[in-house]
Amino acid sequence: MVHAFLIHTLRAPNTEDTGLCRVLYSCVFGAEKSPDDPRPHGAERDRLLRKEQILAVARQVESMCRLQQQASGRPPMDLQPQSSDEQVPLHEAPRGAFRLAAENPFQEPRTVVWLGVLSLGFALVLDAHENLLLAEGTLRLLTRLLLDHLRLLAPSTSLLLRADRIEGILTRFLPHGQLLFLNDQFVQVLEKEFSAAWPR
Amino acid sequence: GWSAVAQSQEIQDEELKKFCSRISKLLQAEDLGPDTLDSLQRLFLIVSATKYSRRLEKTCVDLLQATLGLSACPEQLQVLCAAILREMSPSDSLSLAWDHTQNSRQLSLVASVLLAQGDRNEEVRAVGQGVLRALESRQPEGPSLRHLLPVMAKVVVLSPGTLQEDQATLLSKRLVDWLRYASLQQGLPHSGSFFSTPRARQPGPITEVDGAVATDFFTVLSTGHRFTEDQWLNVQAFSMLRAWLLHSGPEGPGTLDTDDRSEQEGSTLSVISATSSASRLLPPRERLREVAFEYCQRLIEQSNRRALRKGDSDLQKACLVEAVLVLDVLCRQDPSFLYRSLSCLKALHGRVRVDPASVRVLLPLAHFFLSHGEAAAVDSEAVYQHLFTRIPAEQFHSPMLAFEFIQFCRDNLHLFSGHLSTLRLSFPNLFKFLAWNSPPLTSEFVALLPALVDAGTAQEMLHALLDLPCLTAVLDLQLRSAPAASERPLWDTSLRAPSCLEAFRDPQFQALFQYLLRPKASGATERLAPLHQLLQPMAGCARVAQCAQAVPTLLQAFFSAVTQVADGSLINQLALLLLGRSDSLYPAPGYTARVHSVLSSQFLALCTLKPSLVVELARDLLEFLGSVNGLCSRASLVTSVVWAIGEYLSVTYDRRCTVEQINKFFEALEALLFEVTQCRPSADLPRCPPQVVTVLMTTLTKLASRSQDLIPRASLLLSKMRTLAQSPATSSTHSKEGAEAIRTRATELLTLLKMPSVAQFVLTPSTEVCSPRYHRDANTALPLALRTVSRLVEREAGLLPG
Repeated sequence: MVHAFLIHTLRAPNTEDTGLCRVLYSCVFGAEKSPDDPRPHGAERDRLLRKEQILAVARQVESMCRLQQQASGRPPMDLQPQSSDEQVPLHEAPRGAFRLAAENPFQEPRTVVWLGVLSLGFALVLDAHENLLLAEGTLRLLTRLLLDHLRLLAPSTSLLLRADRIEGILTRFLPHGQLLFLNDQFVQVLEKEFSAAWPR
Repeated sequence: GWSAVAQSQEIQDEELKKFCSRISKLLQAEDLGPDTLDSLQRLFLIVSATKYSRRLEKTCVDLLQATLGLSACPEQLQVLCAAILREMSPSDSLSLAWDHTQNSRQLSLVASVLLAQGDRNEEVRAVGQGVLRALESRQPEGPSLRHLLPVMAKVVVLSPGTLQEDQATLLSKRLVDWLRYASLQQGLPHSGSFFSTPRARQPGPITEVDGAVATDFFTVLSTGHRFTEDQWLNVQAFSMLRAWLLHSGPEGPGTLDTDDRSEQEGSTLSVISATSSASRLLPPRERLREVAFEYCQRLIEQSNRRALRKGDSDLQKACLVEAVLVLDVLCRQDPSFLYRSLSCLKALHGRVRVDPASVRVLLPLAHFFLSHGEAAAVDSEAVYQHLFTRIPAEQFHSPMLAFEFIQFCRDNLHLFSGHLSTLRLSFPNLFKFLAWNSPPLTSEFVALLPALVDAGTAQEMLHALLDLPCLTAVLDLQLRSAPAASERPLWDTSLRAPSCLEAFRDPQFQALFQYLLRPKASGATERLAPLHQLLQPMAGCARVAQCAQAVPTLLQAFFSAVTQVADGSLINQLALLLLGRSDSLYPAPGYTARVHSVLSSQFLALCTLKPSLVVELARDLLEFLGSVNGLCSRASLVTSVVWAIGEYLSVTYDRRCTVEQINKFFEALEALLFEVTQCRPSADLPRCPPQVVTVLMTTLTKLASRSQDLIPRASLLLSKMRTLAQSPATSSTHSKEGAEAIRTRATELLTLLKMPSVAQFVLTPSTEVCSPRYHRDANTALPLALRTVSRLVEREAGLLPG
């Protein structure tokens, strides 16, 4: 199952470090149990920890993506689309996976699967030993849906004030972090349902 | 966009309070229009944008919770309310509870908030019980169970023992129904109107992914235009099946706790399990396993069809992986499945190994054969040969495969036992994954190296690690020279390297390139120095540079692993290898310096492990010192070697140490010191660090204290050095601090040599003295001793005339 899904900024490689990596959206499905610790954990501290764990993942994804882009010799401008009509070929987008050891930053060991499109990073934090093929496919699907339904290719739109759409997509395609085996037709039907509930 | 975030983060408490009361008014009035939507979106951003919790007004929070419970509310608003509450969590100010009167979509939203509390008040259990009650209270074909199943899956994964036996049994029964008996007709269109003709409303049959009419029961690889509720539940049931099998048992992770499973496996191999008609009489959990088995078999068969759509083709591979994983779980829980699984999976393996697009399915298959090895009587050796010999060489460039392959190695180490040699001998192939994908895989290899390191291949491996950036360059050339028909070029498109490509194709260098690209440890080493020069133009390539960055870390991991298994002879060989390679490294920027740093500390570590290596390798070390031209470019290594000689060239560490050896070394070091003092920094050569000088002086003094005839010579040398350090000419070679350090050390050493027996004690301590106790005892620590002696002698000298 998926522990968390996040969207964050990706700064183009080879440019100056202007600003920080920001998490634009995150959703944690369920919560890690507080470690066995005699001190009572304040709810606020747990929340803070959760936010920091997600930020740590975002930073690592950004770093991995940047290194991969550099290694493949892609020009930094590759992250910007030419026009809003251009289809972004997700099968060729930079992507990868890495493992996070226990306590670093999550209690349990976890695996991160990520995808970089335009200047955004999309990542799934998975339980260890998940079906990575399915996770990859799900991440590509979510990214495609978010790009389409939030019109992220158009330069002026932002996803920041449209969390309801993101939530709507997640409740259907990744309910409570459950990766679903959805064939194309199922995806189409679900997408139609979503479009009906969220008219553009 | 950013202004919204900045505003949200900076919003003051007073302003936030006003905003909350505005929202409260809207929600209280049950105004569910666009204003409320906008405000809630704003509120979500405010709450989620900061790490530190924002205090929201209690009324507002209560109203958010209440809105979740409204029966007629647009989904958009409810979803936002839930998201806001979730983003606030964990929080002590929530009073949300499971309300069975709500519809299942609402319940699902409530669950997402409750599960985010971190189980501080047993919320997980409460949610689990709530879902079960909801599942029980509805009819089997209830309209919206599909919102609740994923909640159940999450509960079971978060808290494995949370269900009671009878509850798990009940759900297992339902899962059987959904998995096995979903309708084979397509769903009715929603828009079927009263007036449309019966023919138009007739749903067609479900089809396979290649368009044929469905031949057997419904699975995730069955398609149509619309789906019935039970077909949705089929999809979800399979999606959660593995987690359910593993975690729903009262004893926790679902493995059989038998003492001798292999015996049991062996005895059931000849038993052909019950046919499906008889299996209907099985108790629910066993029935579920049987149905799961049939489902996996069906998926494997369905994956053989040529899908009409790319998405379905991708899904087929994911289904194959899952089917193998589920079968593995089933066989672990009930060995009687093994016989049937094996015949099915062997056939699958045959199909998959010749299809490059299905390469990722090979890994769970290999894991299956490994896990059930003895009972399987599968030629697992052939499986591994294929896996380790061909896949890495052909597919090293796929980042996902590389990651999964190395995970497979790491996670299955305990199962490799009989095949460990295959794994170890394949290290050259495994290194291809590493050379190409170093950022994500470096830490994985650091964890894997201890298992790969073997006394027999250690030297070959060390060479391979030192040449890893070369391997990266050569893999790039390999891709360039034989481009596969993929959408985008896989090599570094920003770099042109025509001379390198020519060299790669030149028959003269074939042997060297083929050696570097070998799939298996060859037992022999080749000097790859010619390649270093040929490939130098690629040193600026980003991927090569990334690999070069990773090598020092890998070397540390290698050495810490190899010292566990190395005998005396291997330690000697590694020390020599290390010194030998230090001037034969790939010329990537900064690489040499970083590697030298690691090699010098590792040389010392080897000496600490086996001090007698200094005596045993005396001749080679002398040769090393004699051949060091451009001493300053190997300063760190030279410093370590010289220091080690000073420490360990004594009878204390090896009785075979002779006076003659000491004298020979003295001469060699004396010559080296002379060379250093002549060394003038230039554009090419870096300034020689003062540590080289001080360590030479100290070591010369140490040797003199052991072969006391050398003392006059040493004293002369040291006074010359002191004079030199004070002269203005030295300012060009050393910094002020450096010159000062040299002067001070020369003085201290000179003083020591005036009292030879003290010098011997201080500079060549016996082994008891080397124990930490002596050094914790402040009276015997070396620097303190030096200073004390200096002061004593100076004081005495002050009392004497002249």
